[in-house]
Amino acid sequence: MTRDRLAAYLPTIAVAVAVLLAWELLVVAFDIQQFLLPKPSAIFAEFADQVGLWLAPDERSILFESSGATFWEAIGGFVIGCGGGALVALITSRWTVLSEATMPFAIAANSVPIIAFAPIMNNWFGITNPASKMAIVAIIVFFPTMINTVRGLTLVDARQLELMRSYAASPGEVLWKLRIPNALPYIFSALRVASALSLIGAVVAEFFGGPRATLGVYITQEASAFDFAKAWTAIMMASIIGIGFYLAVLLIERRLMPWHVSFRVE
Amino acid sequence: MNAIEARGIQKIFNPGTDEAVVALQDIDLQVAAGEFLSLVGPSGCGKSTLMRLIADLLQPSSGDLRVNGKAPAQARRDRDYGMVFQQATLYDWRSVSKNVQLPLEVMGYAKAERAKRAQAMLDMVELGDFVEHYPWQLSGGMQQRVSIARALVFEPSVLLMDEPFGALDEFTRERMNFELLRIWQATGTTVVFVTHSIAEAAFLSGRIVVMTPRPGRITQVVSNPLPYPRDFHTRSDPAFHALVAQLRDLLRDAVGPTLAQARET
Ligand SMILES: Nc1ncnc2c1ncn2[C@@H]1O[C@H](COP(=O)(O)OP(=O)(O)O)[C@@H](O)[C@H]1O
Ligand SMILES: [Mg+2]
Repeated sequence: MTRDRLAAYLPTIAVAVAVLLAWELLVVAFDIQQFLLPKPSAIFAEFADQVGLWLAPDERSILFESSGATFWEAIGGFVIGCGGGALVALITSRWTVLSEATMPFAIAANSVPIIAFAPIMNNWFGITNPASKMAIVAIIVFFPTMINTVRGLTLVDARQLELMRSYAASPGEVLWKLRIPNALPYIFSALRVASALSLIGAVVAEFFGGPRATLGVYITQEASAFDFAKAWTAIMMASIIGIGFYLAVLLIERRLMPWHVSFRVE
Repeated sequence: MNAIEARGIQKIFNPGTDEAVVALQDIDLQVAAGEFLSLVGPSGCGKSTLMRLIADLLQPSSGDLRVNGKAPAQARRDRDYGMVFQQATLYDWRSVSKNVQLPLEVMGYAKAERAKRAQAMLDMVELGDFVEHYPWQLSGGMQQRVSIARALVFEPSVLLMDEPFGALDEFTRERMNFELLRIWQATGTTVVFVTHSIAEAAFLSGRIVVMTPRPGRITQVVSNPLPYPRDFHTRSDPAFHALVAQLRDLLRDAVGPTLAQARET
């Protein structure tokens, strides 16, 4: 990282440090009970312990195992849901009638709190089966991906379509050379939202019950055992994974479409 | 053989409804191969519609239209047209060179041949040093030159340009006019050029088609007495001023009755 970029991140880092310091001081000053709000230092200490356990050859860190399991549920659901959404969009947008007929349902489904289906997925796939969490994640991310992909494939500049027509291009060439590149920014804006949603979906779905070593179960159990430093550490892990996932999608987006407005550097 | 032959063309949008618009009526026009022809007239007189009929982006309601002796649809499948719009409509995700190669890709040219032709075309529009740039890194005039290179790279026999320089500033526009004439003379393409600007039409074309709206008709076809090649002196030639004055009168007559009608209602 260059000095300039470091300087650009400095304000963000300063805010983070200030918030953590204020949090720590408030907890100490008002003598807040740890089950209401643990000190950041306590959370970091717990985190350090867990890292130690994780690195030690003959020890296990339930926190890290849980994080891994939840991560795979989120990724699995993300891939299935986004892949499915994009595929369905690709098929329906081939026929205007079909995409116009399905879009209202997709938009309606997108405003349904799909997480409410978690208990039903537990019945379908089995409560300890990761597939039940993946299914919830997949359904959650399916609709935004499908909607945005259909938009990207169909909201193409009329002139650009006429240009293709003037070359006597086949529908397949129009799809590959115009519609899909045109849809990429729409798809990635959906994927960024989906990356955050998939982790939220997985953790909340686990609140309804799941395998022992998953973040949602870990958080509920440690919270009911009044070990709040542990619960908060797990929340922190979920945040780290969520942000990491989001950044990974952003990185791929930058690689695939460096030409896009949001990445232009003069 | 004429590049374009139109006989009794009529185009009605939304026929048989309340919103029916007679966009073109009784259009008879012959454009010789290699000719530079301009269409001028107030907005709404059907210039773009006529252009789009020729390009087979629309079909006439009646009349006979031939391009290179063929139906427009056949001419389009034979890749007889290059098109340039008011907006450059380049693909953001393609470099300058890849944009110019787009028609060649669709037409199945080999990769090496594509790159070679794109480079040659970009050299011709004086953008040879910008092949790896992306459209957003270019000025409006440069983008429009890329779109001209893209329209000419597969050597179409007819170049259709719909107000291609309408969005450019006056200086850039004048430079583009010179460049276009130079390219036209180098390639021998038939050009049909739509413009709002009387001076631009007078400077560029061999013949000027004056059109009037409601319904869109051809009022007169004016032959340009100025010889090619044209240069900086052309614009100060008395014949140029006489032509501009003549076109302006024709267009004033064309718009006049409509204004009078507007005042009555
Ligand atoms: N797709 C369309 N549907 C309905 N009316 C149209 C359409 N395209 C053009 N028109 C009408 O046809 C007339 C001629 O339009 P156009 O050819 O764009 O004129 P110009 O290019 O000379 O400004 C206008 O009255 C316009 O409103
Ligand atoms: Mg027009």
